[in-house]
Amino acid sequence: MDKILVGLKRAVDYNVRVRVRNDGSGVETDGVKMSINPFDEIALEEALRIKERGEASEVIVVSIGPAEAQQQLRTGLAMGADRAILVESSESIDPLDRARVFLELINREQPGLVILGKQAIDDDNNQTGQMLAAIWDRPQASFASKVELNGDSARVTREVDAGLETIEIDLPAVITTDLRLNEPRYVKLPDIMKAKKKPLDQVPLAEFKIERSPALEETFFEPPSARQKGVMVNDVAGLVSALKDKGLI
Amino acid sequence: MAKVLIIAEHDGTELNPSTAKCVTCAAQLPEADITIAVFSNSPGAVASQAATIESVNRVLAVADDSSEHALAATLAPQIVALMGDYDYAFGPSTTFGKDLMPRVAALAGVNQISDIMSVEGSHTFKRPVYAGNAIVTVKAPDGHPVVATVRTASWPAAGTGNSASVEEIANNAAVPSHTRFVELQSGKSDRPDLQTAARVVSGGRALGSSENFDIIYALADKLDAGVGASRAAVDAGYVPNDMQVGQTGKIIAPELYVAIGISGAIQHLTGIKDAGTIVAINKDEEAPIFDVADIGLVGDLFSIVPELTDAL
Repeated sequence: MDKILVGLKRAVDYNVRVRVRNDGSGVETDGVKMSINPFDEIALEEALRIKERGEASEVIVVSIGPAEAQQQLRTGLAMGADRAILVESSESIDPLDRARVFLELINREQPGLVILGKQAIDDDNNQTGQMLAAIWDRPQASFASKVELNGDSARVTREVDAGLETIEIDLPAVITTDLRLNEPRYVKLPDIMKAKKKPLDQVPLAEFKIERSPALEETFFEPPSARQKGVMVNDVAGLVSALKDKGLI
Repeated sequence: MAKVLIIAEHDGTELNPSTAKCVTCAAQLPEADITIAVFSNSPGAVASQAATIESVNRVLAVADDSSEHALAATLAPQIVALMGDYDYAFGPSTTFGKDLMPRVAALAGVNQISDIMSVEGSHTFKRPVYAGNAIVTVKAPDGHPVVATVRTASWPAAGTGNSASVEEIANNAAVPSHTRFVELQSGKSDRPDLQTAARVVSGGRALGSSENFDIIYALADKLDAGVGASRAAVDAGYVPNDMQVGQTGKIIAPELYVAIGISGAIQHLTGIKDAGTIVAINKDEEAPIFDVADIGLVGDLFSIVPELTDAL
């Protein structure tokens, strides 16, 4: 296949303990470390491995987000992507509109495969990949833990509640990644230098004449109700009696 | 009236309990009128089970050969073909619903509300974001169908005893052949199902090996509990992926959760915050799991767990 398109979302880093703003308008993002959404890093790693096996010729990373998402795209280029596209917008963008932007990019680039993370760890929506496959009218293989390409089709093993499901899909298609698909590589310093010379196209979202979907309105953010700190027991006998007190055994 | 279509999750013979949880959520909508749709190559038995769920007004049994296995690509067009008659389409936030419902939403031209925790009004819902570290109130646009997944851990299953009518209808939607089921590898066990068990015992990386997980299974069997694991234990290969509890694994709400050798990363705590009672056993007294545990015991799990199993 010719090209693989990979989505990289700029998201609050995995290790940050997120706090809700006092006025309920959102979560605190000032001065918070931002990274590539971890599932998207796995998506890029998979695309790079496919290319390194000689099964694709070009890996294009795409981010839809603020100008600062250039940082995440540069990291993606340092990991080994060939070029990057930033669809720039400072506003919040619903998943269906993200899918519509991806579809427009598909029409322009004609990739044989699109690999996205199964969910972003900020909004935890888990929608964009499935939506893209729907409006593209192509197969989806979500929550992938193993991908095998066989010419015009692919065998994908998916992590499902009942175990591991394998499906066969015709290409082109959308694959979304689960955690155990691979372990993303570390970026080395010389690669960071090299990545500065790779092409990064910046296109304003407005240039994509997509029809905007009816928007979901996020009206209020609040912290979750906290669990009360419980009691410590000293030994198994204490544990058994505490469980008995609660009527659990 | 709020006309709700709930997509049944099933394995061909048994209705999954997640469906009855979706019903409880849907019944919170003002003047809810609830239909369950069962898509299968042979929907009869599952449709009969669905008809017993309280608050359900009717069941649609939609037979089609393509529905032998639940594939989002073949189910979504069949659902969208029915949706003209409904204001809402709900599925569970299990891997079945998470895979399927966004495809339905996109074909219907709307965004999806993921993981409904509470119903605040006809179009207003609460859902968790940032691994459950924030709860956001979301309003869906008026004048459009609402497509959503229901966070199963937030809702008890609706009771049974109903006898709603079952209507057999034919599928008229074209289904694609570009997506084909190959196989399901399932770690079938006789233990209670992790997602619905009243008691769950979970092990973490501290177990150190697949063999050492035997002490977790022994305790679970004594408690008649399901068995779960942290992501670290799954990544290390001690147990299969379907046992993972947490943000990206299973979100569960048992009456009793026993976390053994699990430090309690935010992503794991997200999966258990609705548990009734959390018991933590860990050698590190500073482990974050103790901040949420109702009962904590610091010590060596390899001596504590067998002792506890014997004591029960």
